[in-house]
Amino acid sequence: MVGGGGGGVGGGLLENANPLIYERSGERPVTAGEEDEQVPDSIDAREIFDLIRSINDPEHPLTLEELNVVEQVRVQVSDPESTVAVAFTPTIPHCSMATLIGLSIKVKLLRSLPQRFKMDVHITPGTHASEHAGKLNKQLADKERVAAALENTHLLEVVNQCLSARS
Amino acid sequence: MAAAAALEAAAPPSALWGLVHDFVTGQQEGPADQVAADVKSGSYTVLQVVEALGSSLENPEHRARARGIQLLSQVLLQCHPLLLEKEVVQLILFYENRLKDHHLVIPAVLQGLKALSLCVALPPGLAVSVLKAIFQEVHVQSLPQMDRHTVYSIITNFMRTREEELKGLGADFTFGFIQVMDGEKDPRNLLVAFRIVHDLISRDYSLGPFVEELFEVTSCYFPIDFTPPPNDPHGIQREDLILSLRAVLASTPQFAEFLLPLLIEKVDSELLSAKLDSLQTLDACCAVYGQKELKAFLPSLWASVRREVFQTASERVEAEGLAALHSLTACLSRSVLRADAEDLLDSFLSSILQDCRHHLCEPDMKLVWPSAKLLQAAAGASARACDHVTSNVLPLLLEQFHKHSQSNQRRTILDMILGFLKLQQKWGHEDKDQRPLGSFKDQLCSLVFMALTDPSTQLQLAGIRTLTVLGAQPDLLSSGDLELAVGHLYRLSFLEEDSQSWVAALEASGALATLYPVAFSNHLVPRLAEELHAGGSDLTGRNGPAKASRHLRCLQALSAVSTHPSLVKETLPLLLQHLWEVHKGNMVEGSSEVIAVCQSLQQVAEKCQQHPESCRYFHQTAIPCLLALAVQASMPEKEPSVLRKVLLEDEVLAAMVSVFGTATTHLSPEVAAQSVAHIVPLFLDGNVSFLPENSFPSRFQPFQDGSSGQRRLVALLMAFVCSLPRDVEIPQLDQLMRELLELSRCHGCPFSSTAAAKCFAGLLNKHPAGQQLDEFLQLAVDTVEAGLDSGPCRSQAFTLLLWVTKALVLRYHPLSSRLTAQLMGLLSDPELGQAAADGFSLLMSDCTDVLTRAGHAEVRIMFRQRFFTDNVPALVQGFHAAPQDVKPNYLKALSHVLNRLPKPVLLPELPTLLSLLLEALSCPDGVVQLSTLGCLQPLLLEAPQVMSLHVDTLVTKFLALASSPSMAVRIAALQCMHALTRLPTPVLLPHRPQVIRALAKPLDDRKRLVRKEAVSARGEWFLLGSPGS
Repeated sequence: MVGGGGGGVGGGLLENANPLIYERSGERPVTAGEEDEQVPDSIDAREIFDLIRSINDPEHPLTLEELNVVEQVRVQVSDPESTVAVAFTPTIPHCSMATLIGLSIKVKLLRSLPQRFKMDVHITPGTHASEHAGKLNKQLADKERVAAALENTHLLEVVNQCLSARS
Repeated sequence: MAAAAALEAAAPPSALWGLVHDFVTGQQEGPADQVAADVKSGSYTVLQVVEALGSSLENPEHRARARGIQLLSQVLLQCHPLLLEKEVVQLILFYENRLKDHHLVIPAVLQGLKALSLCVALPPGLAVSVLKAIFQEVHVQSLPQMDRHTVYSIITNFMRTREEELKGLGADFTFGFIQVMDGEKDPRNLLVAFRIVHDLISRDYSLGPFVEELFEVTSCYFPIDFTPPPNDPHGIQREDLILSLRAVLASTPQFAEFLLPLLIEKVDSELLSAKLDSLQTLDACCAVYGQKELKAFLPSLWASVRREVFQTASERVEAEGLAALHSLTACLSRSVLRADAEDLLDSFLSSILQDCRHHLCEPDMKLVWPSAKLLQAAAGASARACDHVTSNVLPLLLEQFHKHSQSNQRRTILDMILGFLKLQQKWGHEDKDQRPLGSFKDQLCSLVFMALTDPSTQLQLAGIRTLTVLGAQPDLLSSGDLELAVGHLYRLSFLEEDSQSWVAALEASGALATLYPVAFSNHLVPRLAEELHAGGSDLTGRNGPAKASRHLRCLQALSAVSTHPSLVKETLPLLLQHLWEVHKGNMVEGSSEVIAVCQSLQQVAEKCQQHPESCRYFHQTAIPCLLALAVQASMPEKEPSVLRKVLLEDEVLAAMVSVFGTATTHLSPEVAAQSVAHIVPLFLDGNVSFLPENSFPSRFQPFQDGSSGQRRLVALLMAFVCSLPRDVEIPQLDQLMRELLELSRCHGCPFSSTAAAKCFAGLLNKHPAGQQLDEFLQLAVDTVEAGLDSGPCRSQAFTLLLWVTKALVLRYHPLSSRLTAQLMGLLSDPELGQAAADGFSLLMSDCTDVLTRAGHAEVRIMFRQRFFTDNVPALVQGFHAAPQDVKPNYLKALSHVLNRLPKPVLLPELPTLLSLLLEALSCPDGVVQLSTLGCLQPLLLEAPQVMSLHVDTLVTKFLALASSPSMAVRIAALQCMHALTRLPTPVLLPHRPQVIRALAKPLDDRKRLVRKEAVSARGEWFLLGSPGS
């Protein structure tokens, strides 16, 4: 499908050169209520989705939203109870990038949500090799493991790249 | 020495001997210039210099000999125009001979030859002889940079003046030059050498058997890899070298067989710059190549371009790849074919189609758009390519549209179709039968109509865009198609508010109405008229809000299609008729209805501005009608009805003002003169004769009569006279100005007095300098002074002062500085201080109704900068001198001035103002805070170095303001926190932990818009100094 010859700019061939692309949702329209000083706006699923949809995929020059790794319907949030749950779906069942994607989502939420929130980031059930998924979900839930992972300079570098605004 | 001996001897003056001695043995540099100056002034001849040098030129000591020759060369460089032919011959012989000399001598010899190469008196044949000698005797690349440069200069000089002689050398010249430049490393020399090669090729020197050598000696630098050293005094940029080498490589088809394989190899490079350079060079080559050159390489070239466009993450690579494909196709389209030759264009396009068409069938996949873009790049190259590609792709895409049922897939396919249709517009097809779209027309129309009826907004939008493009194809759509299309647009125009489709439908209606006015007149206008009538009669019924919005949409649709003069003649009467009916009380409406009609009228007026005839029609129809309505409404009544006063409300009059303005600015002088002769007497003398339905119960005397209703209509007079072209003479001007001043003092009705002040100011601004203007100004100043002195009219006097000041500031009138100073004085006024501070916002901003450029006001482009320079020092001084309670007024005034100033002007002023701005951050006034933050934010982005000196203060103040009670201030403060991350990282790092902790709080703000800014600011602070950012 892709013509022969060497790799692209990043070097090396991609695992999946012609992935399915999903449309990006537009900017959330600003409502009159949001502009009114007096009306409190609660944190809702779209707000959480807006936090994570523009995270860059570690492999493609595309966002998690465009690859359908994250979807608004897979975000559960309760502002009064201070809980958030995000399920993400790696593009292929054995995707080696799943850990990195999960970590990026987790870090983005840690940096962007009030401390009172309890967050749960996990792989969409039934979409990933099961024993791996279980292990991964456990890692992401473990605060200390996440903190330890971010001590690793190389890992932190990749996560930061995923979270950087695309130039 | 033969040369010297042959020259007739003449005894050189002794002064010369001394100078020569000082230079040669004394090793002083000064004497050379002295000798040259003396030769130029005629004190001695070149021959005498040679005589004086005498033995130095033959000194067995190399250095002394070099020194002697150097003196001669330096004299020649300055004096070569004085040389006679026979002297030149002798000197050339001498210098050629010296080329065989010791290497220490060569630089001086080359200098001499360079001087002689500039000589007009050089006899034929000698240029060739010099070059031959250089090629033979000098190993150029072992010379220092300067001397290599001298050799290039000699060659360049000869090429400029002795082209025919050099060409006589045939390919030997080319070969000689190849040897000269082979191995050159210095960028300065390379620029010259590339220029020489370019001239060799473009001026048709014989390359003989040396084409490949010439290519090798230049292409070895491709792709250019050069980074200028820091503080490089020569200022040569990488781009200079790239462009001059590209000019060489792409200058001749003779290089094609060598260059194309090189480009194919380098496109695949790991380096982005090499890829881009290769693709751009390929693009450049296509301008001179033909089929013959490209033929053997087409498959590889296509494979390279395809790979890059398919694989790249860089938009630039994609764009250059597409551009290269475009040029390749254009090149193949251009070449004249022999009757028996194979048509390479067809086979090339076929291979593109073969590799791309199957991707077009997968509208969800990543490669669908790169494939479509490649095909469109090729199709955009020529009419033939366009036909070939379109005739293959369109049936496929039409079929795919039906095969895929999801709206988003269909939208992608329709967007691709749209791209191909747009390309058709590039190629005008003379013959109707040859238009390739003809046979697809019915299918395209039915597909567009399917899209227009789909529930997906995105698909509807794609359908609307496609319909507009189809409509722009001449003679494509039948009247039946148009009727259907208009029907769809009518339906879409009434879709609910949150759909973007109705906006697009109105736009498309406007675009198509200019092309097909009859279709819109037959099928749309009558339906809108019916809708307007039906909807207007009952808006208070059960479906009130829905109906009201439908009604509003109807008004918008009427203005949207008023793009053709014939349609304006139908829509304008409808709108005016509707307004009459509202006014007559046939309908129960609030002011919003009248405002909506006025907005619609204003849009029609805007569309009429392009056509003088429509412009006249609109003005002469709408203005008298609106004036009649307004005058009628202002008449005193026995039974005051609520309804009639609607027309006199502030908002309604403001809406009418903008209709008047828009309908007046583009008038021809004749129509404007007619109109002004009616309207001014109407207001001054109550002459109502030109108004329709003009039997009013009492007289119209807005300036004399006490009725506040009539006075309010001065706003309409203002809109009209202040929008007239400057050369239209206004009758009874003196009386008008006095009446306006009088009315501006009127208290109890700020609307009327402000309108009068604005009208006065608008006329003042346009009035030519002279005695009359001075009189008007004196009157105004007197009125202001009198008003400010005494109690009840102070606020009116202030308003007049403000507007007059603005009128004068805009035109740089000398009096403006006095008035501005007076305004500044009012900042400390207990009563007017705050209004004065806000007044600075008005001075610096653009008005919409009077004193506009569109309304022909005199607005000097730099007035803001000038105002800044003239007044900011005084404002700053005033601030420091002012008592504590009025300081905020100064800060506010200053904020307004700074906020409106173009940032490049503001930046250099920063150091002096920054401390004041920092102080303003502590000012309790929300307006000052907001405007100061708005001022600092771009400065953080553009002048991070200056701002980083104040980082401690900035962090503290911004964080404090991030918990302000005002949402707008919190947002602005967080945006500033975000912008702070542009400062140099080392300055920020000490604050990072504190900031990240502090920004956790606004993450839980109760307003979503604040949280959004907090998230992006905090995210950036996390990235600071962290790997991967």
